[in-house]
Parts: sequence; structure tokens; C-alpha cells
Amino acid sequence: VNWRRLVPGPEYAALGVLIILVLVNALFTPNFGTASNLWNVLLQLSTVMLAAVGMTFVIATGGVDLSVGSTMAIAGAIAAVLAPQGAAISLGAALTGATLVGVLNGTLIAWLRVQPIVVTLATLIAGRGLAQIISHDGELVSIDQPFFLALGRGHVGPVPIPVIVALTAVAAAVFVLRATTLGRYVLAVGGNARAARLAGVPVRKTLITVYAASAFLSGVAGLIVAARLGASDAAKIGQNMELDAIAAVVVGGTALAGGRATIGGTVVGALIMQVIATSFNMLLVPYSWSLALKAAIILIAVYLQRGKRA
Amino acid sequence: MRFLRRSGALVALVVACIVGVARYEAFLTVENLSNVLRQNSMLGFVALGMTFVILSGGIDLSVGALLAVAGVVAAMLASQGAIIAIVGGIGAATLLGIVNGLLITKARIQPFIVTLAMLIAARGAALAATAEQSIRVDPTATGLTWLGRGSIGRVPTPIVLLILAYLLGALMLRYTRFGRYVYAIGDSEEAARLMGLRVDRVVIGTYALSGALAGLAGVVLAGRLGAGQPVAGVGWELDAIAAVVVGGTLLTGGQGGAGATLIGVLLLGVIFNLFNLEGTISPWWQWVLRGGFLLGVVIVQSKLQREE
Repeated sequence: VNWRRLVPGPEYAALGVLIILVLVNALFTPNFGTASNLWNVLLQLSTVMLAAVGMTFVIATGGVDLSVGSTMAIAGAIAAVLAPQGAAISLGAALTGATLVGVLNGTLIAWLRVQPIVVTLATLIAGRGLAQIISHDGELVSIDQPFFLALGRGHVGPVPIPVIVALTAVAAAVFVLRATTLGRYVLAVGGNARAARLAGVPVRKTLITVYAASAFLSGVAGLIVAARLGASDAAKIGQNMELDAIAAVVVGGTALAGGRATIGGTVVGALIMQVIATSFNMLLVPYSWSLALKAAIILIAVYLQRGKRA
Repeated sequence: MRFLRRSGALVALVVACIVGVARYEAFLTVENLSNVLRQNSMLGFVALGMTFVILSGGIDLSVGALLAVAGVVAAMLASQGAIIAIVGGIGAATLLGIVNGLLITKARIQPFIVTLAMLIAARGAALAATAEQSIRVDPTATGLTWLGRGSIGRVPTPIVLLILAYLLGALMLRYTRFGRYVYAIGDSEEAARLMGLRVDRVVIGTYALSGALAGLAGVVLAGRLGAGQPVAGVGWELDAIAAVVVGGTLLTGGQGGAGATLIGVLLLGVIFNLFNLEGTISPWWQWVLRGGFLLGVVIVQSKLQREE
């Protein structure tokens, strides 16, 4: 008997961790295995998921997007300020504004060849300030537009609307990555940008599209957070989201070096992080300890997967 | 053009100072300039450590959290005497820096991920150790408060430390074997390995140094505030990276230096000071301008670089 065959390959490491976490929690954490808690986990997860799906594409091209949190804040601020004009105008303007941040990121990265980490660091800093300026110079702008609020608080049957939005994004991302030319281009650019260019891949267009998509999805996440809060809080919305999103992506098995992407992995990665956070919360373990476990999970998952590229 | 590429940040710093002198009477006073230096000294320490890491081709996202750990440890040890507090604080941060280096070299996980995990874990540890409260520095530990608030002659202690740190850092990079190896590894890690350099040791050394300098910043900050705060230094990794990049050190490693980073730190500090002296620029516009400035600098850098 070849026992080694029974050990699942590294690509299942994250899924294995998730299953163990869920089983342990179902057994030992009171109320963990209830339907209401399940929806709660998914609801909490939906915004990270949106940002992480976009981040998966960005990382697959070999880049990184640090500006997702600030972009969320910008979208929330625009939508809240314009909410009295009606849902169509306010949400449309917010998503357009967010997407423009991504187009700016992508253009600078693709045309001026500035490193993604620096460009998106700059938009992180500037974007947070811009969000404050938009929300009437740092005020809390409250929202009382019913359609907008429903985006964060509504349900379809038992399913919270943010969960539906996030699942739609996941499905769309899987489709794009597997079944469209854009998906092939993304992996080609991340695998070897020079070779991709020589093979006729529109590298610049692909990069701009990817950063725009990341910003658009962050924008949606920002709208959901704002709707749940019932206000645009430009200082808080999306704070540190870049780190959570990157963590979900790498735990899920998308390598930072680019050229590979797994949306399913990202979903698993985000779920792991959220299950840890929720269960620690339910067990009344201090927040600080959940941070330590989070860090350990990131390292272990990446360590187990590191053989893949070699 | 060659001069511009090498010294673009210095030119910008001179221009910013000229603007300051011409526009604000309060700019060219001993008080204002020493304030700018003192306020930026802590970021200066962190950015110096980051310079070593980036020169060797890595990145250290954990510096802000290590700074908090050092401040908290120092505040907790303050009743045992200032020396123990200072050594303990810096030692704790250095140790965590070594852990970064070990995970990167021995477990072969990318620096970005290792230090991201350390950022999360070290912040958690600082919060757990203090029950999320700030810890008051025992007033008998006068040596610790002297680090933050005291002065040597008429020069504030943090400024003396800043000058010493950069002098040592520049000498180390230029004249020691360790310093030369840092450049060699940043230029091409594989070539360095094939030449027989002990790459792992040097890399661990850079992360230890980055931890130690973040620790120094944390101890000085604790001395200045009279408290160790578990939430100190949030987001400083980004400010430090910005200062290093603005100074002209390339994120790809192998090019740049300590002097360049000092200019980067001072440039960002002076610009911030000009905003304050202007007085009418809201903090939010300052963020927008800072981000825009960072973008402008890297765009110019990338253009000049491609021309060369």
C-alpha cells in the first residue's frame, strides 16, 4: 500500500484546513452549526469575498491592489452623498467612480510600468483622503434611500442580498477565468508578460481591465458596507481590507508570483478566515488571539502549497 | 539627466525648502526645523531598516506592528530600569525580525506573505499582552523618557539618534561585507548564491536589522508618549515604503542607499510641514496631495530610468 497516495496533494491543503475548522467548530462551539449562524458567516464574508475575487485576478497577473479598501470608501461616500438623487444615479455614479480608480491604477501600471505595489499604495493614501472630502469633508453622511439600504440589509427568502451579490461575482469570475479569452490573457500576462506580448496578447488592455474589475468589485463591496451601516463612514469603510483580501487569495492557493488563479481557492481562503473570526467571537476568545491564529493559518497554508510551482 | 535620476529627491527637497523659506516666516526657525526632524525621526528609523530589506530584494510589512511590540515591552519593563526596558523592547522586535528572516529563508515563503502574517500576529500579541490598553511608562525610568523627550546639549535625543543611525547605516552599506552582500543579493540572488555568498544569513540579517530599527522607533515613541500603546504604528509600513521609494531606492532591489532614504523621509516631512504652515489645507486634502506626490515621484523616476 502506498500510504503517500492517501495524503491529499497540496492543492487541497486549504480545503482540508477549512473542513477541519468547520468540523471542530460544529462539535465544540455552541450554536455554530445552526442555519442562522451559517447565514451570518456568509453575510460577514460577502464584502471580503468581492474584494478577494477582484484581487485574485490582479494577483494572477503578477500584480497586487492595495487600494481596494480606499476604493470601497470612495464608492460608499459617492453613493451616500448622491442618495437623495435616487438609487440609479447614486449607485451608478459610485460604481463609475470606483471603476475610474482602477482604470487609473491600471493605466499607470500598464503604460508607465510603475510597480503595482507603489501605484496602488499611492491610490490607497490619496483615495482615503478623497473619500473623506466627498463625504462633506469627513462627515458621517446618513443614507435613507430604501433601494440602496436593501443592498446591505435585504433578504430574498432566507438569503441575505449581499450573499447573492457575492455569489454572482464568484460565478462570473469563474466563467471569465475558465471560458473567456480575457481569462486566458490574464494568466498569460501573469505567467510571462514578455512572452504574452510577443504572442499577441493585448497586455496593457488586459492589465487595465483587471485593475478596473478589482476596483468595480471593491466599489460594490463599499456600497454593501455603507448600506449595512446606513451611512458613509469614510474613515472606517474598507479599512485594512487589502490585507484581508490578499490573505484570502494566497491562503486559497493563488501564487503571488502570478500566472495561476483559482477562484474556488479564494472562496475557501475567505471562508477559512471568516470561520476563524466567527468561531473565536462566539467562544468569546479575545480578538487578539484570533489575529494570531489568522497569521498562523496564512503561513501554514502558503507553506503547504509552496511546492506547486517548483 | 543622470544627475536628476540620482538626486531627483534631493532637488525636490531643496525646492520644497526654498518654497518654505520664501513663503513662511516660521519655516526657517530652529524650533520649526527641529520639530520636523524630531517628529520624523521615528519614521526615519523604520525607513532605514526598510531600506536594507528592500535593497536585498525583500519587503517588510511588519514594521508598524513590531514598533508597537517594542513600545509595549519597554513600557512593561520600565519598572525594572530604563536599560532593561530599552534593551527588552528593541530585543523583542529584533527577535521577531529574525523569525521573519528564518521563515523567508528556511521555509522559503515569500517576504510579502511572511511579513503580512507577522504584521497580523505581532499586532495581536501586542493587543493580547496589554488587554488592549495602553501601558504607562514607570516615571522612574527616566532613561526611557529621555530617549523620547530629552536632549543632548541643545539637540533633542531623537535627532541625535537619527543622525547616528543613518551615519552607521550608510557606512555599513558602503564599507562592510554585510552591506556589499545586501546589494549583491538584491541585484541577483541566484548570482550571489553561485558566488558562494551566504545569502540566507545576510537576508536574515536585514530582517533582524529592520526589526531592531522598528524596535528603536517603538522605544523612542514610548518614551515620548510616556506610554506603550498596542495600536502604535498602524500603517507605518506604508509610510516607510513611500519614504524609501521617494528617496529613489528601487523596490526591485540592488539600487539605492541610506542617504537616499533620509532624503525621502525629510522630503515627505517637509512637505507635510508646509501643509501645516499653510494652515488652510484640510487633513484629507493632505492625504490626496501625499498620494498624488508619491505617484508623481515614481512616474518621473520610471521615465528617467527608462531613458538611461
